[in-house]
Amino acid sequence: MNEDDVDRIDRNRRHFLTVATVATGAVGAGLAMYPFLASLKPSARAQALGAPVEVAIGSLQPGEMVRVLWRGKLVFVLRRTGEMLGRLAENPDRLADPDSLVTEQQPNYAANATRSVKAEYLVVEGSCTHLGCAPLEDFDLRPSENWTGGFFCPCHGSKFDLAGRVYKRVPAPTNLRVPPHRFVRDDLILIGQDTGAA
Amino acid sequence: MARIEAEVGKPQGGFMKWIDDRFPYTETMKYHITEYYASKNFNFWYVFGVLAMVVLVIQLFTGIFLTMSYKPSADEAFASVEYIMRDVEWGWLIRYMHSTGASFFFIVVYLHMFRAMLYGSYRKPRELIWLIGMMIFFVLMAEAFAGYLLPWGQMSYWGAQVIISLFGAIPGVGEALVEIIRGDYSISDITLNRFFALHVVALPLALIGLVFVHIVALHEVGSLNPDGIEIKKHKGPDGIPLDGIAFHPYHTSKDMVAIIIFLIVFSFVLFFAPEMGGYFLEPANFEPANLKATPEHIVPVWYFTPFYAILRAVPDKLWGFILFGGSVLLPVFLPWLDRARVKSIRYRGWIYKSALSIFVVSFFALGWLGTQPAEALYVLAARIFSVIYFAFFLLMPYYTTIDKTKPVPDRVV
Repeated sequence: MNEDDVDRIDRNRRHFLTVATVATGAVGAGLAMYPFLASLKPSARAQALGAPVEVAIGSLQPGEMVRVLWRGKLVFVLRRTGEMLGRLAENPDRLADPDSLVTEQQPNYAANATRSVKAEYLVVEGSCTHLGCAPLEDFDLRPSENWTGGFFCPCHGSKFDLAGRVYKRVPAPTNLRVPPHRFVRDDLILIGQDTGAA
Repeated sequence: MARIEAEVGKPQGGFMKWIDDRFPYTETMKYHITEYYASKNFNFWYVFGVLAMVVLVIQLFTGIFLTMSYKPSADEAFASVEYIMRDVEWGWLIRYMHSTGASFFFIVVYLHMFRAMLYGSYRKPRELIWLIGMMIFFVLMAEAFAGYLLPWGQMSYWGAQVIISLFGAIPGVGEALVEIIRGDYSISDITLNRFFALHVVALPLALIGLVFVHIVALHEVGSLNPDGIEIKKHKGPDGIPLDGIAFHPYHTSKDMVAIIIFLIVFSFVLFFAPEMGGYFLEPANFEPANLKATPEHIVPVWYFTPFYAILRAVPDKLWGFILFGGSVLLPVFLPWLDRARVKSIRYRGWIYKSALSIFVVSFFALGWLGTQPAEALYVLAARIFSVIYFAFFLLMPYYTTIDKTKPVPDRVV
């Protein structure tokens, strides 16, 4: 390259071409990343395995709880006694969200005083809303400890009442989540689906 | 090319010359080993970098052999680890080397980082070495976390549940991010499979790459020393630092002694206490993962417990995540937080010496508290030590400025 050639180089054009090429390449590389990122989402099989599960509750006695798995997640089905339901209204001021105002934590039909479709049956995910540990059941009434029964998370000490409502001043921010569910028959609950035929 | 063409038909200079014309072998060996000059006054704190490399090699080597017998599936993982322990010849040895190696990796890396805090190794012009080192530490944490899920024991499963759920605390994108990490609606076979890929392929590659860059950056600037003196300021007529001695054979022979002592300690733990009383291998992990019950007492492995104690000390999900993340990230900023006129602790005043001592105490205290149940008194103590932990870093620009320092000698004596 001689001196004349150097003078004839259009630096602006060269700079524009460089930037344009790099920008085009970056967009292409970004788009090419999509399939890889999308492959990390739950696969079709994982979604299929997330199908609803049926829980037969015919033999569940008042005060008893069963643990079932839906989408690999633990779900509690608790048949509350009338006495247990009575305790729910006792201490709203100690709960963080007594009226279930956080809408993501339950379907509309469970945003009521008992957080359930039928008052007797509590269906909640057994996954602490803090960091996902499985809370332990502790249904006994212990007035000396000011405990009206509910769930206790062994990991970080979060507490929930008998409707899965979170207490104030614990690490868990929200009430236990109520999964979508419906009663197929009086003695059969379908967890994971709340519309259409079973 | 021109060089090679000029040599064609002239077989002289021997095999090494043939290599050197095509690959900078002799040049590289000189630059990084036989003519890399490091200060003559290194003490035992300077062996942990080499020891970290030794452990990395142990982990890579034993890991390859474990991969040959391990099955990354939720149905088979737990049984395949037991198969390695019982049925594979010497499998127990290889597996215990790997599990013991994981804990020793963190022991030597924590000591290596503490060395930098003692002697100001992170100070200008070595900030980038420190930043790369911190990246190595983060990748190492991810590597250890991914590896801990693989045996698919109770603590593998629920530990992963807690740590992955942490990301759910991020407002807005949290839940979606958690689903992308797990690849499922809960931790499952799919999660195990991808953690296996990360643990065995992606993260070790990143680790090796970062270690390479860490050393290249170190050899560009040159190692510091316990006096915090730049030895390159005083060079002899041959251009060699007057206070430096060649890495090989001088520093390497000292390192050999350290490696031998390290391997004696490592072997003792490996053969006599591979579980280390539940600290290196947790009792709950000898039970296969049970999706329906969290272990009563859920605790990460010891090397994560200081940060875990900070997480638990906060009674709020989002703030717990922020302070947990902050406690891990803060050391990154050390090169800019430390404003002292001197680098080494030898010439610092009583303020920094006290601050560093209190920091070490609070780090150990948090580490212990992280292994204890989250009960009232422990949580209170964890809060106090968390405040000290953060104060050490956040107040550093102030107390290192007012601290009285001693004059630093010009030469290493």
